[in-house]
Amino acid sequence: MKQEMTGAEIVLQSLVDQGVEVVFGYPGGAVLPIYDTLFKQNSIKHVLVRQEGGAIHAAEGYARSTGKVGVVLVTSGPGATNVVTGLTDAMMDSIPIVCITGQVPQHLIGSDAFQECDTTGITRPCTKHNYLVKDPNKLSPVFHEAFTIAKDGRPGPVLIDIPKDVQFAKGNYTQKEKIIIPSHRLFEPEIFKNDEKINEVVNLISKAKKPIFYIGGGCINSGPKAAELVSQFVETTGAPATMTLMGLGVLGSSHSNSLGMLGMHGMYEANMAMHECDLLINIGARFDDRVTGRLDAFSPNSKKIHIDIDESNINKTIKVDVPVVGDVTSILKRVIKVWKENNLKTNQSDLKLWWDKINNWKKIDCLHFTNNEKEIKPQYAIQRLYELTKDKKTFITTEVGQHQMWAAQYYKFEKPNRWLTSGGLGTMGYGFPAAIGAQVANPDALVIDVAGDASILMNIQEMSTAVQYRLPVKIFILNNEYMGMVRQWQELLHGGRYSESYTDSLPDFVKLAESYKAIGLRAKKPKELDGVINEMINTDKTVIADIWVSKEENCFPMIQSGSAHNEMVLSKDQKQDKLSAEKGKILV
Amino acid sequence: MNKSVYDSPETTAVSRRHILTVLVDNEPGVLARVIGMFSGRGYNIESLNVAEVSNDEHLSRITIVTEGTSEVVSQIEKQLLRIVPVHSVSNLDEEGSSVEAEVALVNIDLNDSNKKKIYEVCDFYRARRIENENNYVIFEIAGASERINRFIKDVNQITKIEIVRSGPVAISTYKNTKEE
Repeated sequence: MKQEMTGAEIVLQSLVDQGVEVVFGYPGGAVLPIYDTLFKQNSIKHVLVRQEGGAIHAAEGYARSTGKVGVVLVTSGPGATNVVTGLTDAMMDSIPIVCITGQVPQHLIGSDAFQECDTTGITRPCTKHNYLVKDPNKLSPVFHEAFTIAKDGRPGPVLIDIPKDVQFAKGNYTQKEKIIIPSHRLFEPEIFKNDEKINEVVNLISKAKKPIFYIGGGCINSGPKAAELVSQFVETTGAPATMTLMGLGVLGSSHSNSLGMLGMHGMYEANMAMHECDLLINIGARFDDRVTGRLDAFSPNSKKIHIDIDESNINKTIKVDVPVVGDVTSILKRVIKVWKENNLKTNQSDLKLWWDKINNWKKIDCLHFTNNEKEIKPQYAIQRLYELTKDKKTFITTEVGQHQMWAAQYYKFEKPNRWLTSGGLGTMGYGFPAAIGAQVANPDALVIDVAGDASILMNIQEMSTAVQYRLPVKIFILNNEYMGMVRQWQELLHGGRYSESYTDSLPDFVKLAESYKAIGLRAKKPKELDGVINEMINTDKTVIADIWVSKEENCFPMIQSGSAHNEMVLSKDQKQDKLSAEKGKILV
Repeated sequence: MNKSVYDSPETTAVSRRHILTVLVDNEPGVLARVIGMFSGRGYNIESLNVAEVSNDEHLSRITIVTEGTSEVVSQIEKQLLRIVPVHSVSNLDEEGSSVEAEVALVNIDLNDSNKKKIYEVCDFYRARRIENENNYVIFEIAGASERINRFIKDVNQITKIEIVRSGPVAISTYKNTKEE
């Protein structure tokens, strides 16, 4: 059934048809017709942010915490350019987003009109796909295709640019069921090619003496079933498993096979096991440089299996022996089926020796830190935060830097989709708006943004949003008055010259919270910490908790740039050798 | 070899010329998506050619000549396939035999002293004269890039010339039953 309506009405109808409940946005000249239509309806809720960058991170938080597509609505020109960071972030971390931007009317395109920019040109490299829609009749097919592409295969952001005249013009609406998307535009798993590969996978695993699972964010994107299947298969094999920053929560922290996170600030035992294993089973991870360390020394003696939905990740940096391209859930289902049908087992005595070795590495206790009663150690702050929130339905978001790594190391995640962090792009300012998005999606949950004093200032304007919508988001600032990770690198690699990494003139965060009519709390001494955390989680208002932590604490353990997994630095006193430190300095 | 921030473990791989042919939906921005992928990820384009090949289905074929190791070129192919309007990517070097051709137009300054020599060279290379005025002549030459290189070199020794080249287009010699 086709209905004639205006372009703006088609936009709203498409969103309703796609099951969208919330849109994060900011109005402006080139999207006024859509905002006018929004005003006249009740099915879609709009969350008004205070800067467009906040809208897209909020949509990311919404998407990551629910598995649904996050929707953004912004105006042309500066509205569009302000979402570029978030689009790139969503691209890197595979978050499904549909971003609608207004555009100047078609007859003004190319004339350097007020608030005009080449939105599709600017966003081409940072979206999975984008559209400039010039015909109102094409709006609904484009919207339905955009939602499919955003979710399909490896998820990602899709942008739809709509000139203002198209929003006013009349056109036909086509329902999503009527839209046929040509197959080449979508992801097609090569099911039949994979049959032999699955046999190879199970054979290698059953014969391995020192296997390890390396689990990534793909196991979260693939849906809740994927995490279950991963846990089930890991248990069946009895092999150890480590997770990337994006994969935390797939296997519960308390799971006996879990070695925790690997990589630059990962667990000593996880990295050592990666280095010494004879079989590496990568499920939904992409051999990111924060994970591999020096490539020529990465897991040198292992056969490598790589299960990934994006074929371009195969052999991109690390050559693998058995690539399997497809969705984690469907591939693991078949792996488990073949494993059972062939009655396969891992060799228990080999595995026992492997676990003995791993348990010896565990004895190093790489997350050990020395507490004291004078100042709050940031690690201790996260530990207490975990202990006092673990029994609630808690979502943790982070900004980027030391606090992010401490949260990843000391907070224990038991479920997927509860940990929201900017992994690939490393966007400071991500955490607070992402927490807003997660709270909108999960009104009854406890949502905490673990932040640093520098990062939080990057999107602090969203305080206004959080208070307006009565979102009881908690901002937990580990305040050391530094850009901590920058300072740490300057200390380790640049002779302790802290160039521009000290944040002078910080606001009084308690007063800042109060000025937004939110709650401001502060802990300066370890004995005040529990009280502040309890007060924070027991209020139903937006809270900033300003936690004063040791100023020059470093994130350890650490694989310094240019080093390998078995060259982890465990503390400040252990220096990296000079040659590799010089080499590492030029890297990121 | 690869694109990591860390040193590559292998540096011995051989880099050579590859011809990629990419079938795409002929929609706005598709060429920008393809060449943007090359520039954004630091790959080379030696030449590029694009034209619509099927009017009713709105399909265009892009022929790209690039240089790289087989690992790099395989990564290029996979990155191209991620682009939504791309139907298929073929590396003609790896699909057995293919033929390639390119077209060049050459504008040559003519005078009484060089006229005879120039016509001799053009005849030898079977370059076709397509426009002729008093003091210049335009020739068209088609064929393998190597032959065009030699032609240009020979004419250049006689007089000053202006050249445009299309860059090669290429096609596989065995027929695909279905292409998508």
